[in-house]
Amino acid sequence: MSPRALTAWILGAPGVILIIGFLFQAIAAANSSFFFTWGYYAEVLIAGLLQGVMYSLVALGFVLIFKASGVFNFAQGSLVLFAALTMVGLMEMGLHWVLALVATTAVLVLVALAVERVVLRPLVNQPQIILFMATIGIFYFLDGFGQTLWGSDVKVLDIGIPRDPIFILPGLVEGGILINQFDLYAAATGGILVAVLAVFFQKTRIGRALRAVADDHQAALSVGIPLKVIWAVVWSVAGFVALIAGIMWGGKLGVQFTLALIALKALPVLILGGFTSIPGAIVGGLIIGAGEQVAEVFLGGFVGGAIQDWFAYMLAMLFLLFRPQGLFGEKIIERV
Amino acid sequence: MRLRDLCVASLGAAVLAAPIVASPALAQNEQFVPLLVYRTGPYAPNGIPLADGQVDYLKLINARDGGINGVTITFEECETQYNNDRGVECYERLKGNGPTGASAFSPFSTGITYALIDRATTDQIPVLSMGYGRADASDGTVFPYVFTLPATYWGQADALIQYISAQEDGNLEGKKIALVYHDSAYGKEPITTLERLSKERGFELSLFPVAHPGLEQKATWLQIGRQLRPDWVLMWGWGVMNSTAIKEAAAVGYPMDRFVGVWWSGAEPDVEPAAAAAKGYKSGAFHAPGADSQMHKDIQELLGDDAADTFGTVLYNRGVINSAIVVEAIRTAMAKYGNKPMTGEQVRWGFENLDLTPERIEEMGMTGFLEPLKITCEDHEGGGKLMVQQWNGEAWEVASDWIEPNREPLRAAYEESAAKYAAEQGITPRDCSKVE
Repeated sequence: MSPRALTAWILGAPGVILIIGFLFQAIAAANSSFFFTWGYYAEVLIAGLLQGVMYSLVALGFVLIFKASGVFNFAQGSLVLFAALTMVGLMEMGLHWVLALVATTAVLVLVALAVERVVLRPLVNQPQIILFMATIGIFYFLDGFGQTLWGSDVKVLDIGIPRDPIFILPGLVEGGILINQFDLYAAATGGILVAVLAVFFQKTRIGRALRAVADDHQAALSVGIPLKVIWAVVWSVAGFVALIAGIMWGGKLGVQFTLALIALKALPVLILGGFTSIPGAIVGGLIIGAGEQVAEVFLGGFVGGAIQDWFAYMLAMLFLLFRPQGLFGEKIIERV
Repeated sequence: MRLRDLCVASLGAAVLAAPIVASPALAQNEQFVPLLVYRTGPYAPNGIPLADGQVDYLKLINARDGGINGVTITFEECETQYNNDRGVECYERLKGNGPTGASAFSPFSTGITYALIDRATTDQIPVLSMGYGRADASDGTVFPYVFTLPATYWGQADALIQYISAQEDGNLEGKKIALVYHDSAYGKEPITTLERLSKERGFELSLFPVAHPGLEQKATWLQIGRQLRPDWVLMWGWGVMNSTAIKEAAAVGYPMDRFVGVWWSGAEPDVEPAAAAAKGYKSGAFHAPGADSQMHKDIQELLGDDAADTFGTVLYNRGVINSAIVVEAIRTAMAKYGNKPMTGEQVRWGFENLDLTPERIEEMGMTGFLEPLKITCEDHEGGGKLMVQQWNGEAWEVASDWIEPNREPLRAAYEESAAKYAAEQGITPRDCSKVE
């Protein structure tokens, strides 16, 4: 990102937040039934931003595979569910959560190798839509196989992350601003994960090879980068990201079938942030998370509520009008 | 065709034909009970214990009593995944099974119930929507083949407000009650009743819809816990929405003992994911929690290891009661038509004349577990009573006496809504004084 763009973001984002706040304040002044205080607004905003990081965790998995292979991996949601089911299943067998984490990572590497060998390799040189359809097949397989292996019951995934709410700035805002500790830990985990991925992509040999494949498959092949190995590695990394997302979402909601549906929450994040950008997944998640929470709380009442799901997509599409490739996506220019 | 292909085809045809050829001889004295289940899909954690309970009770009747008056019960599960299309497909597949066809269908889904009402009425097969589906189907003059016993959502809304009123020393004037509901036909069912009661009793009702499947409720609970701060919260949820709501309520510090769910929001899969945070949470119920009844002892004794792993859980118990009601309807029908397999129409008569007296409930080994019921041609709800149960962190326990919903206004509401449905569908309501 250029320094100019960075400055625009640093100044622009708080500006937009303040303008929306003043707008709500004006509505509250005109309409006594509309509830608004700056403290409450900050609380909703922070909750939304933290929620957005959770969306980003899922979106990251999509970005990794799309970057390396140009395939939209429909199976990422079921990978999250499968990872969480395996982790909790191993913990139920008596493994400490750290050992379960390691063992689950190993299982996900095996899944990645199997996907590369059984699904992707036979489809080399096929159109992207065929690979996309193949990932739909993987989605249903992992979904069913995970439940066959570990059962359909709701499982509790507890690795000791505190859940009690904390209150900040009690002197400044009446009653303080409530923050969920679990969400704070999740946000910190998301931050560490992005840092690890950044180091992996920028500093390691495999990471550089991944970036080369992402830039141009043919050119990467011509300099001897093995596509099959890269695919296996990228699916393994996406599996690890799915595991982290699964731990966070599973810890928050319990591990169950519907966990696979959180992939739907990552789609507007990807539309907004771009399918090929890791920073885009993070910034997109923050915008979607904060946007949908603020919309639900302050605008939902005007239209009967339950708007946050479709509002996220509407917000993403609004951005698309101005940035069709997403905020951080690569602008593709093809010469005819 | 090659010889090998011919052999394979012949073998396949023989395998397929075998049940058809064998069935008349085997099935003469069998009563077929279809089971629409969802052991897979997003609602499997709820569907599995429901199905287990239904199956175990039918097995118990065969093992303990040799069937119903000597007629062996057969059953077949069909997987709906809680999906309306699949529900209809399962209905069509199972309705003709057994020597006399299906006894009664229990869809365990409001959507599937809606989809089956017309078909079942045409096919003359009763539909038991036990504590779900259309509340106005309690009016038997318009819905002769649908039974809503032991209570409807409207009755439950009334009973829960009675419970809350009792906790507030009988005065709800100025109190704030929020309803968090699944944004669907099911979730909206109690709204009319609650709006009427808010006018009558003077409490302020606030509505919070939650989009399916209910994974995202942070904004909802910030409004409830940090802005509105209601005296009580009611919940009409299902599946993952329930446990998410409980977790989010805890995250904003809302007191659990003032949070009451519908009976579909009060089972182990709803509270266990929330772990300690769910302690104190309450829900409605039309049967007692636990596994202390004589019927439970019989299941343990006679089925042993064959009993399901979910034995004694809330939804298992609900599945048991569902099968028990179907069995009792068949038994009632046999009293009129003789001890032989009953047709759907005969079972409908059995439902309409079902009288579960305290004595009969004692014989069923369910005293204290289920309250008496009496169905008539007009009243397909049967006057069931409700209770409130509370999660103590490890198990559900009884938290109230049995509560009887105020029948008079509810009956008037059923009849008004059913009359509207009859007018829309061109149905002429039955004259129950002329029904046998």
